[in-house]
Amino acid sequence: MFDIALYHAWVIPLLPAMAFVIITFFTKKMPKRSAGISITSILISFVLALSLGIGVIGQGERYLEHPLKVVVTWFSMNGLSIDVGTQIDTTSVMMLLVVTFITSLVEIYSLGYMHGDTGFARFFSYVSLFAASMLGLVLSPNLLQMFVFWELVGLCSYLLIGFWYHKKSAAEASKKAFITCRAGDFGLLLGIILLQLNFGTLDLQQLSKVIPHFTEYTGLTAAGLTGIAILLFLGPMAKSGQFPFHVWLPDAMEGPTPVSALIHAATMVVAGVYLVGRILILFVTLPSALAFVAFIGGFTALFSACIAITQTEMKKILAYSTVSQLGYMMLALGASSLSAGMFHLMTHAFFKALMFLGAGSVLHAMHDEANIWKYGGLKKYMPVTYWTFLIGCLAISGIFPFAGFFSKDLILEVTYAASSLSGQATGSFQGLYSLLFIMAALTAFMTAFYMFRMFFICFHGELRSHDAHPHEAPKVMTVPLIILGIFSFIGGWGGWPGLGEGQAFGYFVRVGNFHEIEANWFLIILSTGLALFGIGLAAIFYCKKTYSAEAVARKFPELYKISFHKFYIDEFYLWVIRHIVDKLGWLLWKFDYLFVDGIIVDGCGKAAQWSGSVMRRVQTGQLQHYAFVFFLAIVLIVLFLSLTDFNSIHVGLLLGGVK
Amino acid sequence: MNFPVLSIILLAPIIGALINVFIPKENSKLLKAVAGIATFISLALSILIYYIYYTQHLTTGGFAFQENIPWITDLGVSYALGVDGFSLPLVLLTSVIGFCAVFSRSWSTEKRVKEFYILLLFLTAGVMGAFVATDLFIFFLFYEVVVIPIYLMVIVWGSGSKTRQTVTKEYAGMKLTIYLLIGSAFLLAGIIWMVMLAGDILGNLTFDIAAIASVNFPEHLQIIIFGLMALGFTSLISMFPFHSWSPDGYAGAPTAVSMIHAGVLKKIGGYGLIRIGIFIFPLGAKFWAPAIAILATGNVLYAGFISLAQKDMKYVIGYSSVSHMGFVMVGIASLNVIGLNGAVANMFGHGIMAALFFSIIGYIYGVTKTRYIPDLGGLAHQMPRVAGAFLVASMASAGLPGLLTFIPEFTIFMGAFSNPTLRIIAFIVLTGIIIGAVYVLRMAASVLFGPRKAEWDYIQDIKGFSLVPIAILIALAVIFGLFPSLLMDMVNSGIQPIADKLVAASQIGGSL
Repeated sequence: MFDIALYHAWVIPLLPAMAFVIITFFTKKMPKRSAGISITSILISFVLALSLGIGVIGQGERYLEHPLKVVVTWFSMNGLSIDVGTQIDTTSVMMLLVVTFITSLVEIYSLGYMHGDTGFARFFSYVSLFAASMLGLVLSPNLLQMFVFWELVGLCSYLLIGFWYHKKSAAEASKKAFITCRAGDFGLLLGIILLQLNFGTLDLQQLSKVIPHFTEYTGLTAAGLTGIAILLFLGPMAKSGQFPFHVWLPDAMEGPTPVSALIHAATMVVAGVYLVGRILILFVTLPSALAFVAFIGGFTALFSACIAITQTEMKKILAYSTVSQLGYMMLALGASSLSAGMFHLMTHAFFKALMFLGAGSVLHAMHDEANIWKYGGLKKYMPVTYWTFLIGCLAISGIFPFAGFFSKDLILEVTYAASSLSGQATGSFQGLYSLLFIMAALTAFMTAFYMFRMFFICFHGELRSHDAHPHEAPKVMTVPLIILGIFSFIGGWGGWPGLGEGQAFGYFVRVGNFHEIEANWFLIILSTGLALFGIGLAAIFYCKKTYSAEAVARKFPELYKISFHKFYIDEFYLWVIRHIVDKLGWLLWKFDYLFVDGIIVDGCGKAAQWSGSVMRRVQTGQLQHYAFVFFLAIVLIVLFLSLTDFNSIHVGLLLGGVK
Repeated sequence: MNFPVLSIILLAPIIGALINVFIPKENSKLLKAVAGIATFISLALSILIYYIYYTQHLTTGGFAFQENIPWITDLGVSYALGVDGFSLPLVLLTSVIGFCAVFSRSWSTEKRVKEFYILLLFLTAGVMGAFVATDLFIFFLFYEVVVIPIYLMVIVWGSGSKTRQTVTKEYAGMKLTIYLLIGSAFLLAGIIWMVMLAGDILGNLTFDIAAIASVNFPEHLQIIIFGLMALGFTSLISMFPFHSWSPDGYAGAPTAVSMIHAGVLKKIGGYGLIRIGIFIFPLGAKFWAPAIAILATGNVLYAGFISLAQKDMKYVIGYSSVSHMGFVMVGIASLNVIGLNGAVANMFGHGIMAALFFSIIGYIYGVTKTRYIPDLGGLAHQMPRVAGAFLVASMASAGLPGLLTFIPEFTIFMGAFSNPTLRIIAFIVLTGIIIGAVYVLRMAASVLFGPRKAEWDYIQDIKGFSLVPIAILIALAVIFGLFPSLLMDMVNSGIQPIADKLVAASQIGGSL
């Protein structure tokens, strides 16, 4: 089975793609059967991915050094040839597992959550298409194929955000998501074109061989290649919601909650992180590009934590926390550690999917009431949701031994290392990395605080809304929660300090040499202390209510307002679009309409009409006029001939051209 | 002589038109059926020769299925047909869109059905003729022939627009016709000059493109004659600032005409620019390429921004088609095999996409009697199939990978960036992919999504024969999107000789 899966890995994305086609064309009218087809296909893909995973981990060293590539030519012409196929290595297999696992659970959960929705079959067809695209992206052996699936996951995100298209807000949000990502893709596509132009290949393995020695293969300077790297990075920035492209992600919560869990938390939004990870060698070669990645990541992490702290909708808080955690992952990659970035990607997928699905369960129970201040005391109504959500909050806060602890600790560790002398290839950016380390630590504290703020408001105290009748979700929804809860607990143990070759997560997913993780007690105590402090503070404010949060907010009204309004970035973009882009379009239209058309084109027509009406008068129809003109012309010709030298005039001219 | 397959492809619509002349005008079903069968014969044979060429002639390249009957021997004119990898995709495109146009819904064809189908068939044949001709005279003849049915169809079956009250269908038809005739006057001057010069050098008059191309014209004449021809061809492909006929013309025209015009007819401009302009006058092309590239930037951005401001669906697509032609011209101006391949493939891709869009908009206009975007909204509730097709068309317009427009655009940019003088222009033009996504998605969101409007509840979703064009065009968009080599290999085999000539010309320096 392993060999089959190895050489026919294309089947893994193909199965959900087939499910999409079958549902769209045949079973759209049959919701149950559609869901069955979709879930069966993703489960088979999951089993195939699992067998691949077991096989590849068994021979870790081999696939780490020599990824297995199976490709065919997609199209080719003189000087441009693009392959399409699959690339199996430890990183792609890890990602395959995460995607198929989370997708399977979310689809099962959706059986309950989407029950009774008129678009039930459509939902499963879109999710299947998404799974196919995401798996295709993960398996891509070259950047162009990656871009193709990258855009396709963007399409699925567009379709699923706008799933409830009768809501104006959903239609707007889906458009916003697509266009924001498009803006980033402009850079990504440009970067891809420039890489192909300079290196003559987009193949990931070949690129990783030639990029470190780019001066031998191309005429590029380091600055030029840095420019390409930063252009390329614009795509991941948009897709992974990094500042200043983060605006689409919170709005994307207009989609059904399982979609938020699957696409806008656990899988699609990490595609940006994955892409940077795949081409990390490009950034590692260029310290300033690497520092740029780290800075954007670190800044985004802190920035969106500042917003999350005042939001009042569960899904919005989770969305900003996703942006923040994605920033963490970028920071890890920016500290040149693929292991840390991917590790956090995996653990985050577990606990964030868990929390979104938990939020879905709460929304389900509260009849889609979004404001957390209407909740309260849900603990006693929904015990399974409560306990699993608690696990998620503990995991994201980085409490030992939950999954988030290990991955977050690793990120702090690599950032710390990059800021000190032991860091590799950070060059003159040590100061920046020290700053980023402080920002990351601060973010860790804030994450714990706002997560538990939401947790206490929702689940503790008394129910504030009086017309709500909360109830626990059905089994089909709680079982995925429990499974994800288990993985959020144990999912990080692959990063246990002291695990060596063939055991540690970082051994399988890495670029460069393997370093065994040693427990850095300073960092462990620091990060745990910060997290506990955050939780404690949240408990004082929102559980025990010793101090009033409102009073603090009243003390700093400006700070509160700016955070609540997300630093007014949306307003700024809207202003630019309304007053600059649309105005420009309108002005150019008027120019086209009034000048190009009205004056030039119609002017030519008018001129022809006018000259016709003037010339018309020459034809009077009176013989005397014609005879007079005839006579005048003869006089003029005779005058002309008599005044010029006869010999110099060509004879042919006089004879009217007759030879 | 072999089976004259190209003649049959070309004549089938004309014969269909002649049969329709004898069918009583009340019998609209039969008239439509004859038109459908005639164009279907063309379509089936086009697919067949595409398949045969793809499987048998691709490695050798060159013209196939040639026919040659001397016509006016004194002038060296012969009825010469032939197709190669460059013209075949466009022949296929013509027959696909011709067939689809018969089944597309136009809002006012209930009146004078008979004349409508007769003119439509002549129009299809005319466009086809321009692509299969290997003789310049025949090419120009068909090129001129198409203007007449278009003019009549716009002024008889056309419509005005709510956003521009001054633009009546008569105005639109007249503008389109005069514009194209003026363009072709320059083209005719260029052709006559070129043929006379070539006749002097070769010793006998000929209109055979390949024979003329074997002549090395002096550089200054290449520059002048290419300039004349480019004026004709680029106004047909709606190059900025000669574009203003295009949005008005498309908005005024009935669905079938918009489909054929935006889909294939304007591609004759690009086709001629490469087949005649670049192939015969490589040095002239080199001289003019930077100017074309700069004006193409105007196409992409200027028309793209204007598209943002439009409230009439047909104007959005009209300006977007002007904008897309900018990509094609950047590909042409890059003057290398990759860029030219991309340009030709993009002509094909845009043709399918534009025809699909106009077909859907025609249907929506037909049932709602409005194209004004603020009037519409929430149509996905009543018309899920139309909404799906609309989204596919929007995504194709935005160049989504997996649909047939992405690879051509990517190839154009590869070509443009590999020409060092075009880097900055290519960079500016690439921003067009963002604007392109904005205007189509805005239109899709305002037309399809939003709360259900009760006023449209009487509308039925598209079904029956009206589905034919949409199904065929979407199928092609997906097939060529997933397997781009079906298109790119073909185009490459046709473009290679032209690109070789460009390379050779720049090495010799072009002097005699």
